[in-house]
Amino acid sequence: MKMLAKLAVGTALGLALLSGAASAQTVKIGLVAKSLGNGFFEAANKGAQEAAKELGGVEVIYTGPTSTTAEGQIEVINALIAQRVDAIAISANDPDAVVPALKRAAQRGIKVISWDSAVGKDGRIVHLNPSSNELIGNMCLKLAASHLPDGKGDFAILSATSTSTNQNTWIAEMKKLLPKYPGLNLVTTVYGDDLADKSYREAQGLLKSHPNVKVIVAPTTVGVLAASQVVKDAGKIGQVYVTGLGLPSEMAGAVHSGATKEFAIWNPIDLGYSATQIAYRLVKKETEGKPGSEINAGRMGKIKIGDNGEAAMADPFVYDKKNVDEFAKIF
Amino acid sequence: MTALVVDTPPPRRIPDRLSTPFRRLLGSWEVLLLAVTIAIFIANSLASPHFLDPWNLSDATYNFTEKAMIAFAMTLLIISGEIDLSVAAIIALASTAMGAAAQAGFGTPALVSVGLGVGLLCGAFNGLLVARVGLPSIVVTIGTMSLFRGIAQIVLGDQAYGGYPASFAWFGQGYMSDFPWWPALPVFEVITFEMVAFVCVALVFGILLHQTAFGRRVYAIGNNVFAAQFSGIPVERTKFVLFLLTGLMSGFAAVCLTSRLGSTRHTIAAGWELEVVTMAVLGGVSILGGSGTIPGVVLAAIVMGLVTFGLGLLNVPGIVMSIFIGLLLILVIALPIVFHRIRSRAAA
Repeated sequence: MKMLAKLAVGTALGLALLSGAASAQTVKIGLVAKSLGNGFFEAANKGAQEAAKELGGVEVIYTGPTSTTAEGQIEVINALIAQRVDAIAISANDPDAVVPALKRAAQRGIKVISWDSAVGKDGRIVHLNPSSNELIGNMCLKLAASHLPDGKGDFAILSATSTSTNQNTWIAEMKKLLPKYPGLNLVTTVYGDDLADKSYREAQGLLKSHPNVKVIVAPTTVGVLAASQVVKDAGKIGQVYVTGLGLPSEMAGAVHSGATKEFAIWNPIDLGYSATQIAYRLVKKETEGKPGSEINAGRMGKIKIGDNGEAAMADPFVYDKKNVDEFAKIF
Repeated sequence: MTALVVDTPPPRRIPDRLSTPFRRLLGSWEVLLLAVTIAIFIANSLASPHFLDPWNLSDATYNFTEKAMIAFAMTLLIISGEIDLSVAAIIALASTAMGAAAQAGFGTPALVSVGLGVGLLCGAFNGLLVARVGLPSIVVTIGTMSLFRGIAQIVLGDQAYGGYPASFAWFGQGYMSDFPWWPALPVFEVITFEMVAFVCVALVFGILLHQTAFGRRVYAIGNNVFAAQFSGIPVERTKFVLFLLTGLMSGFAAVCLTSRLGSTRHTIAAGWELEVVTMAVLGGVSILGGSGTIPGVVLAAIVMGLVTFGLGLLNVPGIVMSIFIGLLLILVIALPIVFHRIRSRAAA
């Protein structure tokens, strides 16, 4: 029975040696993921480490719970508070549940920001969105135009459900920005309900009923994948193109088959990079993160803080034949 | 007449115990756990300079207090030879019900009653199926695990209940110094409500199991259910009460956890059933029933809390932490069996 005690002491001593390296002068930033073992957050960590190297004297502690629960994140936050990190940058599993824990962090002088998935206003200084609705809408139009000769021609939208808040906002933004793209003509919008089979049927119907449509824009990962499958199956590669928002791992095939030339989605590496930059500037008191101010984010340029402390990082990142394979490994 | 001479033999002394109480204590599971607790405590304070901070230790207790309160009730249930795997799902359902009540504008006392009430109802449902209908508890509670959480999932979808009254936050976020009538000593500023609740619940269950006839009945049922039945022990009723208690404590844990989070999602407390059972087993409760103590489970809860917090301080990823807890559990279960084998082989 003494073996157990010996083992415990042995393990602990081993861990003690591991932890001895941290020094007091470095800026410690806790990067909290929704859960560990998710490619998106691993990629964000890659960006955060890049920012840490660039800034110098920064240690990024990448951590998170095993499952996407608020309780798990609170345990992680408590451990970070206990280590007296200088900043916490979190993608929250629950916007409200983590607020009390983060408020406690703020009371003890820790700068808290959220990124990707927001925390309630009381729990953080700044929230970093990967993009903004306007930028996403604009990017969808830009992609549609770039698939058409001279940027002129008919296109249709394949959306998720007719009640999906995100998609509806983006489509509204697209309609608002349409005059900026003369010659680009929106024929119709159909809804695939974010179901693979329904999206496939809707895209099929679209090609039959609107033979003039040269580009299908799908601002949903399910839709864009289904539509590129339809184009491929119908043998219309080169005549009809598909673009929109998709995941590189799912879209790599479509890019290589030629059903799509380019598509967009936020870049998790840039997101982790920018979150780390913002957290660092807050710790160094270069900014207070007040609405209306601008924060220097290294290679991502200046990021403007909008209402409610929300900031939009950049245009969605465009993926094509050159970079899709590299990102397909990540998410 | 010759006098009948009864030759009375001198009374033979039968020892109460085979070994002295002190030696028995030394060899007991609880003392081993205590040694492990102290070892982990020392190791943690050596490993991280931040470990021995009263505020940090106070935060760390949240890692185990809520789970331990269920583990105490679970201890009695496992000793009686049953198990309840639906406890985390009961938390989800009770929390959802409290969320709905909060939306309807009910105050803190009503919310607490709703939480405890739903816990009791769920416990009664499990108890009825196991004790009355006679179904195996592992099957029943795997079923109700999906059932209870399923209801919460249907009600909530991907939404969350929030907007709990401010006074409700006190259960999961309050410190004893928040009490107006509590002596204003600095110590009470770091002692949370949940810590006090943890100690009280441990005392209640400790007394119930070790000092009452009810507790003896629980052991008797776990050791030999037929012998217990023939001795006139109301087996069905006792088991039903144990399920009720487990449900009630899950309801209470739901109150604390919901208050701490201030919001309810259907994933709340996901996976806690296994951590609760782990605590009981690590505390020396035989998974086959019949033996185990509350002090053992108290220590096991503290061990698990300290290990997870200590590893968290060193930024060990959660996945590695799970592996560590899993190994600890296997080790703890396997060691006594291995030792027993070696000893019996040596004796033969």
